[in-house]
Amino acid sequence: MHPTDFTLAGAAEALHEGLISSVELTQAHLDAIAALNPRLNAFLAVTAEAALREAAASDARRKRGEARPLEGLPIANKDLFCTEGVATTAASRILAGFIPPYESTVTAQLRRDGAVFLGKLNCDEFAMGSSNTTSAFGPVENPWRRGNDPDARLVPGGSSGGSAAAVAARLALAATATDTGGSIRQPAAFCGIAGIKPTYGRCSRFGIVAFASSLDQAGPVARTVEDCAVLLRSMAGFDPKDSTSADVPVPDFARACGRGVKGLRIGVPREYRLDGTPPEIAALWEQGLQWLRAEGAETVEISLPHTKYALPTYYIVAPAEASSNLARYDGVRFGLRETAAGSDLRDLYERTRAAGFGAEVKRRILIGTYVLSAGYYDAYYLQAQKIRALIKRDFDEAFGRVDAIVTPATPSAAFGMDEKQDDPVTMYLNDVFTVTANLAGLPGLAVPAGLDHQGLPLGLQVIGRAFDEETVFAVGGAIERAANFRALPAIRAGVG
Amino acid sequence: MTYTIEGRTGPWEIVVGLEVHAQVTSHAKLFSGAATAFGAEPNSQVSFVDAGFPGMLPVINHECVAQAVRTGLGLNAKVNLWSRFDRKNYFYADLPQGYQISQFAHPIIGEGVVEITLADGSAKTIGVTRLHLEQDAGKSLHDQHPQKSFIDLNRSGVALMEIVSEPDIRSPEEAGAYLTKLRQILRYLGTCDGNMDEGSMRADVNVSVRRAGEGYRTRCEVKNVNSIRFVMQSVEAEARRQIEVFETGGTVEQETRLFDTARGITRSMRSKEDAHDYRYFPDPDLPPLVIEQSWVDQLKAALPELPDVRRARYVAMGLSPYDAHVLTLERETAVYFEEVAAGRDAKIAANWVTGDLFAAINRTKTSIAEPPVPAAHLGALLDLLADKTLSGTLAKQVFEAMVEEGKSPGAIVEARGLRQVTDSGAIERIVAGVLDANADKVAEYRSGKDKLFGFFVGQTMKAMQGKGNPTLVNDAVKKLLG
Repeated sequence: MHPTDFTLAGAAEALHEGLISSVELTQAHLDAIAALNPRLNAFLAVTAEAALREAAASDARRKRGEARPLEGLPIANKDLFCTEGVATTAASRILAGFIPPYESTVTAQLRRDGAVFLGKLNCDEFAMGSSNTTSAFGPVENPWRRGNDPDARLVPGGSSGGSAAAVAARLALAATATDTGGSIRQPAAFCGIAGIKPTYGRCSRFGIVAFASSLDQAGPVARTVEDCAVLLRSMAGFDPKDSTSADVPVPDFARACGRGVKGLRIGVPREYRLDGTPPEIAALWEQGLQWLRAEGAETVEISLPHTKYALPTYYIVAPAEASSNLARYDGVRFGLRETAAGSDLRDLYERTRAAGFGAEVKRRILIGTYVLSAGYYDAYYLQAQKIRALIKRDFDEAFGRVDAIVTPATPSAAFGMDEKQDDPVTMYLNDVFTVTANLAGLPGLAVPAGLDHQGLPLGLQVIGRAFDEETVFAVGGAIERAANFRALPAIRAGVG
Repeated sequence: MTYTIEGRTGPWEIVVGLEVHAQVTSHAKLFSGAATAFGAEPNSQVSFVDAGFPGMLPVINHECVAQAVRTGLGLNAKVNLWSRFDRKNYFYADLPQGYQISQFAHPIIGEGVVEITLADGSAKTIGVTRLHLEQDAGKSLHDQHPQKSFIDLNRSGVALMEIVSEPDIRSPEEAGAYLTKLRQILRYLGTCDGNMDEGSMRADVNVSVRRAGEGYRTRCEVKNVNSIRFVMQSVEAEARRQIEVFETGGTVEQETRLFDTARGITRSMRSKEDAHDYRYFPDPDLPPLVIEQSWVDQLKAALPELPDVRRARYVAMGLSPYDAHVLTLERETAVYFEEVAAGRDAKIAANWVTGDLFAAINRTKTSIAEPPVPAAHLGALLDLLADKTLSGTLAKQVFEAMVEEGKSPGAIVEARGLRQVTDSGAIERIVAGVLDANADKVAEYRSGKDKLFGFFVGQTMKAMQGKGNPTLVNDAVKKLLG
C-alpha cells in the first residue's frame, strides 16, 4: 500500500504502531504534490521544508510518548486561513505580498494537536465561486475524468476546490476548507470525498479571511466520514476572539460515526425535488433513503416551504456582507497598492481594487453595495433577512418531526471547465441544495454515494439540528457503509 | 425672552442641536484590547483588529458599555437593555475597515435631559435624544509632507459616546451652558475627561434660523468644533450667515461646514463627493448587546454624586448658592473642599477655598488637581484659626508661607513663632507699656479724641509683632484707658 492510500484515521494508527514515520508519510505526500500539482494546481504554496521539520519533530515527540491527537499527520489548509509567516492570498492578487503576522484559531488548534502542514490550497477568489475557476492563480482541475470523455478537464467545485482536489488526488490526507453557501459540500461531492460544514459558531472565524460573516464556517474535507469527524474535533471549540463563536462543549465526533441509524427519523423535503434534476441524482437520493431504512431508520416526507427563496436570499445576504467585509482591501495598509503619478486617495482605491479584484468578486461587491444602498435596503437586504428567518423556522419545525434531513448534495456531477461560464446565475444554481444550511446555520455533511453514468462521483447531503453534528455523522456513516464507495479518480498519487 | 438676532428685515430666532462625541474613559478600545492613552507615538497603540487586517474580528469591551450606561444614568435617560451595533460604511484612509462600527437603529441609551442654568439665573431643560456607542477613526495628517498624507491609527477603534441633543437650544449662551453642563456630568461620572483641546470631546453643531412662530427651516451642520467658546461663536456665525442668505432672497442648502476659528466664520467643507450613503446594516460579527437590569441597578447604586445633587447638599450645609455653584463646577474642587470642610465650619472652608486657594492657584499657575496647598494642610490651618492659635491676619500670612514653602501650617507657626498671644495678662502689660510711652496721646484721648483708640491698638500690635489676639488687645486697651 502506498503511504498516500491511508485514510487519516488509518495513518494515525500506522504511525502509532510504528509502521511508518511522519517523515516518510510527509515525504510521500510532498512527492505526490511535486508530481501532480503542476497539473491539478490544487496547491498555491507548498511549505516542504517546514513540513519535513515538523514531521521530524513529531516523530521525536512520539518517541518520547508525547503524541497528540493529530500527531504527525500531513494535511493542508485552504488559502483563506491566515497562517503566521506563510503567505496567505485568498486566491486574490489584492493580497499580494501579505504574510500574516498571526495564525487563525482553527489552524492554531490543528497545530496544537500535532498536525503537519503541507501548504496552502487554491480556492475561488475570496471564496466566491462554485468551480474554483475564479482564482487569480489559475483554476484547479478535478482529478476525476469522465469515462466517455477523458480529455475534458473538469472543475472540482468551489470555492474549496483546491482542498477537495488535493484530498481526492491523495496529495494530502485531509484538508481544511470553508463553506458559505456550499463551498465544502459541493466540491466534496464533485471530488468523491466527504466534507462537513458544521453548525454556525462551532468553529472560530478568527483569522479566516471573511466573505460573508453570518454564513462562513470552517470545516474539514477528507476521504471518509470518520476522518472528517476526527479533524472537526480539533478544529472546533469556543474562541473568545470571535464574538459569534458558540460556547458549547466539543464532543468526540468520531464516536458517532458507527452509531447506526436505528430508530432515527429521516426527513425528505419535497421542495428539493427539482425539475431538471438528472434522473440519476433522484435515483441516488432514493437509493440513499433505502439504505437508511434497511438500517432501521424511518423516512418521512417533510416540507420546507421557503426553499425556493433560499438561493435569491443567499445571493442578497452574502454579497451584502461581502461588500462591507472587502472594503478593507484598499491598498493602504497591506497587500497590493496601485498608484500612478499624481494619484490621490480615491485614485489609489480605484486603481488598487480594479487591478486586485477579479470579475466575480467585483460583481458580488457591486450587488452587495446595491442591495444595501438607500432606497433599496428595505426591499432587498431587510426582506432577505426576513425570509432567512422563515427558512430557519421551516427547519426548526421540521426538526420537531425528524432527526436528520437527507438530500442530494448537488444538482449535477462535476462539469467541464468551459461550461457554465456565460451566465453567472447558472453558476449560482450549483448551490441550490446547500445554501439553506448556511442560511439556517445548521450542520451539513456531504458523503460520496455513487457514480453517474460517466463515472463521476455523486454525493448525498445530511443536514442536522444545530450543534447535533453527532447525528449527522451517524447518518453519514451509515450511508457511507451502505454505499461502499470504492471508486478512485484517474489522477492520483502513485498512479498519475 | 427668546434670544434673537436682528436682521435687516426683523428679528430671527436660532435653533441649535448639538451632537457631542465624547471619548470613553477606559484602558482599552471599544472592540479591541489596544491601549487608549493620549499622546503616544503614532501607530504604537494599534491592534490588528483596529488596523482592519484580514480575518480580524471585534470583541466588545464591557467597561465601555458600563461607561455608556453610567452616562445615560447621569442624564436621567432610558437605558435600553437590548441594543445593536450597525456598520456605517464609507472609504477613508483613517478608517481601516472601510466601515465604522456604530449604533444606528437601536442605541444603548434613549431619551434623557440636561438641566442648564443661565447667567440671569433662569433654568432650562435641554432634551437628549439618544446616546450610542461607536468606534473613533484614526487621524489623518495632511501637512507633514508635500505629496503624502500620514495616517496614525492610535485613535482607531477608541470608544466614543455620541450624545445627541434635541433641537432645544436657542442661543449661543444656551449652547455653551449645555456643553459646560454635559462636560461637568461626564467628568463627575468619570466616563469622559472632557478635554476638548485633546480631542476627547468634540461637538457637531446643527444650526438653523427662523422667524418667531415658524416651524423648523433647513439646518446646516458645523463639524468637529473643539472648544466651548468656538461652539458659541460658530452658532452665532452660522446663524448670521443663514440670516444673510435668507434676507438676500436665497435659500439655505443643507450642508456640512467647518468653523474657521481665525476668521470667525463657517465655510463649506471641501466636499469630495455627494452626500454619503452609509449603507447601514447590522454588524454580522456581533450579537445584539443585551444587558441585565440588575447590572444597570448595580451601576446606578455605585454612581458618584452628580453635580446638581452635590450643589443642593452644599446649600443645605449653609453655603450660598453661588459658593455651592463655584465649588461644584469641577468634581476635584468639590472633593478638595469636602476634605477641608470635614469636621469644620463649611462656610469658613468655602471662603478659604474660593478665595485664598483659588487666588493662589491663579498666581502659581497650578490647578486644583495639583494644588499649591494640599487640602489636609488647609484644613489644619483652619483648625489653628478655630482654636485661636492664629488670628485671621496671621492665618493669611501663614497661608502665603504654606504656598511658598509647601510646609504644614504647624511647622510654619513653630518655625516663625507666629503663635497668637492670648494671655490677657501679658497683653495688658504691653498695653500698659504703650500707654506709658504715649501719655500725651492718652491725655488727648481722654479729652475726647476717640480716634486715637486705634493708635493704641496699632502700637500694641506692633509691639507684639502682630501676634496679639485682636479681640483681647481691644479689650485690654479699653480696660486700661478707662
